[in-house]
Amino acid sequence: MLLTFTDCKIRFLLLFSRQGKLRLQKWFTPMTEREKKKITRDMTTMVLSRQPRSCNFLHWKDLKIIYKRYASLYFCLAIENGENELIALEVIHRYVELLDKYFGNVCELDIIFNFEKAYFILDEFLMGGEIQETSKQMVNRSIEASDMLQEGDNSEWFELELFG
Amino acid sequence: MPAVSKGDGMRGLAVFISDIRNCKSKEAEIKRINKELANIRSKFKGDKALDGYSKKKYVCKLLFIFLLGHDIDFGHMEAVNLLSSNKYTEKQIGYLFISVLVNSNSELIRLINNAIKNDLSSRNPTFMCLALHCIANVGSREMAEAFASEIPRILVAGDTMDSVKQSAALCLLRLYKTSPDLVLMGEWTSRVVHLLNDQHMGVVTAAISLITCLSQKNPDEFKTCVSLAVSRLSRIVSSASTDLQDYTYYFVPAPWLSCKLLRLLQCYPPPEDGAVKGRLVECLETILNKAQEPPKSKKVQHSNAKNAILFEAISLIIHYDSEPNLLVRACNQLGQFLQHRETNLRYLALESMCTLASSEFSHEAVKTHIETVINALKTERDVSVRQRAADLLYAMCDRSNAKQIVAEMLSYLETADYSIREEMVLKVAILAEKYAVDYSWYVDTILNLIRIAGDYVSEEVWYRVIQIVINRDDVQGYAAKTVFEALQAPACHENMVKVGGYILGEFGNLIAGDPRSSPLVQFNLLHSKFHLCSVPTRALLLSAYIKFINLFPETKATIQEVLRCDSQIRNSDVELQQRAVEYLKLSSIASTDVLATVLEEMPPFPERESSILAKLKKKKGPGTVSVTDLEDSKREGGELNGGGERGPDTAAMASSNASTPSPSADLLGIRSAAPVGAAPASAGSLLVDVFSEAGPAAPSAAVNEDGFLRDLEQPTETCDSLLVEGSGDSDSAPPSEDPAPPLPEADELLNKFVCKNNGVLFENQLLQIGIKSEYRQNLGRMYLFYGNKTSVQFASFTTTVSYPGELQSHILFVQSCSCMFRNQYTSDNWDTACYSTSPIFAH
Repeated sequence: MLLTFTDCKIRFLLLFSRQGKLRLQKWFTPMTEREKKKITRDMTTMVLSRQPRSCNFLHWKDLKIIYKRYASLYFCLAIENGENELIALEVIHRYVELLDKYFGNVCELDIIFNFEKAYFILDEFLMGGEIQETSKQMVNRSIEASDMLQEGDNSEWFELELFG
Repeated sequence: MPAVSKGDGMRGLAVFISDIRNCKSKEAEIKRINKELANIRSKFKGDKALDGYSKKKYVCKLLFIFLLGHDIDFGHMEAVNLLSSNKYTEKQIGYLFISVLVNSNSELIRLINNAIKNDLSSRNPTFMCLALHCIANVGSREMAEAFASEIPRILVAGDTMDSVKQSAALCLLRLYKTSPDLVLMGEWTSRVVHLLNDQHMGVVTAAISLITCLSQKNPDEFKTCVSLAVSRLSRIVSSASTDLQDYTYYFVPAPWLSCKLLRLLQCYPPPEDGAVKGRLVECLETILNKAQEPPKSKKVQHSNAKNAILFEAISLIIHYDSEPNLLVRACNQLGQFLQHRETNLRYLALESMCTLASSEFSHEAVKTHIETVINALKTERDVSVRQRAADLLYAMCDRSNAKQIVAEMLSYLETADYSIREEMVLKVAILAEKYAVDYSWYVDTILNLIRIAGDYVSEEVWYRVIQIVINRDDVQGYAAKTVFEALQAPACHENMVKVGGYILGEFGNLIAGDPRSSPLVQFNLLHSKFHLCSVPTRALLLSAYIKFINLFPETKATIQEVLRCDSQIRNSDVELQQRAVEYLKLSSIASTDVLATVLEEMPPFPERESSILAKLKKKKGPGTVSVTDLEDSKREGGELNGGGERGPDTAAMASSNASTPSPSADLLGIRSAAPVGAAPASAGSLLVDVFSEAGPAAPSAAVNEDGFLRDLEQPTETCDSLLVEGSGDSDSAPPSEDPAPPLPEADELLNKFVCKNNGVLFENQLLQIGIKSEYRQNLGRMYLFYGNKTSVQFASFTTTVSYPGELQSHILFVQSCSCMFRNQYTSDNWDTACYSTSPIFAH
């Protein structure tokens, strides 16, 4: 198998609902907004039309699409052609576990209302399209630590935050 | 399960999000968003300076609106301001905003870079990580310029914290990929390799990605990583599941790290050091053994992680392609997966086997699974799995199972997805041609292809079948008969009519004896389809008709009647009209001899390699290494140009051959050795021929009955029609630098110029040289035209004209003029400039 010098291993990660509403989008290579919108449309169409009990892998252009459904959310990861599909599937699972550990029984609403946290957690896990830290504990510790910092900040401002 | 914000509780944001969700319509949503945008705008522009918390909240709201899909054209300044806050959460939101909404305003970029610089030198690990993240997320050129030298230092500094090291490694990786010229190798490179030994698994995980990428570009500099990687892998694979604590994933020790190590090893050939190699082989065997053990957990995550490592190990084994024992074991393991319950595993096994099929060690082992694969093709529900099965059949095809596989692929084609039909057609055509022992089988297969998937049968495919039929006497009768029968079908595809028309036109006489396929019957059959066909097909049929007139004089009257009617001779299409008129006239005024000469049987096509293969490669996409590439280069390695050149490389080789002659090229040897007739035996020598002599040589495109398909594996050259720029007449001796006696074939070529002024002087697979000359009284002028038949430019192409002494005095003037080089395969007609000498000489 030829390994060629190409862009990052993971190209993008999308989370969308059964109705095709995008809940999270992380792009690991620079792309125009137009391209992003097109890709999002393509992914949602392709993945949502898959039969149950099909395999979790698709070919799309020169990428492999790994997708998995968790409750009402579809997680869709695009990796390069030479990459390992099964481990990519576990990347998705690991991310879900991280979210779950943080939010406790994570559901779609958590991601909707705490979208910035979802991004922060993702940033601790993946960086530049590569896996950064695979220990659940380590990632969680970082996130909790930053929450601690936040709580420290906000104590004085609490009474002002009521009406945004 | 909190439905509202956790942690910092930006209530305002939560309320806003709720509002949006409660909007009943798109218009309501837009209205609410605009209201909020106005609010935020006024707050940003307001007199009162906003506190950090509010700024953070509004920037976050803007981000949310943007991620919903609306455009945001302000807020960048405020986000950048947040970067300089001391509060972590504010910084975090600021960085998130600018990573998502990347702005190319140079002032902002300067400010952002400044903030990043401050954070990097802050010695606060969380701040440093944020900054590194931002650089990795954005990865712009400006950032690379600002930080590319700083980050390696942070990475290898002794006092850097582990978490920062991880971020630094991946950040550097990103910069290296986007701006490789700015990341210079230095003393940090050797220290980076040693990160493989780091105690912190996270650091190793991050460092490996960096090292893998660097190794690909600078393999020598990083080759010490191989032994380190092997020992690390070995430690992980043999560790108990409790050793690695949190890096154990569902009872599998460090699966991501293992996969990455195996990947890194795929950048290098098998280790030379015996001890290292032994350890690695042991490792791989352990992994293969573990696959046979009962699983430690029923969870799919466990089996996925375990199998991920297994598949990566198999990839490594395939990459090395040197341990027969391991290859066969790998093949058997994959064979087991072919029938696994889980669709994913069946899919991956089929995919992996494709690459195994091209290895000589495991090719036979792969073939044993043919029944399973065929079964998969027929019964799998998931179309992507069926497609992998089809790919595998194509990869494992060889002489022993070609007929079976082609039959299966044909029947699959009948129900295949439309999106994959064209590729399947090309594959079947390639296989049928490659492994045809009995050419009547080949003809049947192609005609079946047309019948089943006519719309997807491209021109290359049916041109090819005609070329082959023309070149092989033994199959012509069969072809005529089969095509005749096929045309009887009430609804037959237009491609069938094309093929049928051509073949009956050439070889209809072979079946004319049978009353069921008498000439008139043949004609009526063809003509019955005439009006259903498109213009190009009709043009072809008209040519077939005039051929009939020649072959079967008894049909002359009937056919002339048809040609004479208004719909032909006054057809609105110029081509059809012209053909009808000319053929009609030709049939009436030409004597039978002249007619017979004009419409003589097509001569055999010159040897060319198949353009079908080139088309398939193009379809597969530029970046991928297709199965055909691997298969062809590995299998036919010996036949290709004296070395295992891969397809795409051959073109480059052709143009670079001028500077680096291939080993088989012996400039002087070719000239003094056997006559040029033998030279075409190896294409390598032909390449040398072109660049070594400017003079004519025997036509390399020798008519060679046996070897018609011999050069199947040489792509990049297509079989489009010959470029005849002009023809030439040359009174002077051939312009050759070599005083060696002209070769016998060369004489023949030259002789034709006794009667003609123009013609093709020389031709081979790369180049065609035409001559055009004109003479007036005592003056003559000669043009030489060079046609590039490849799809790449010729580099450093020069020509010279030399003439024997006695003519010297007659040449008054030799003019070198720049002449455009016609490349017929690029969209712009005229390619590189070259020189053409145009001597004006006196008789």
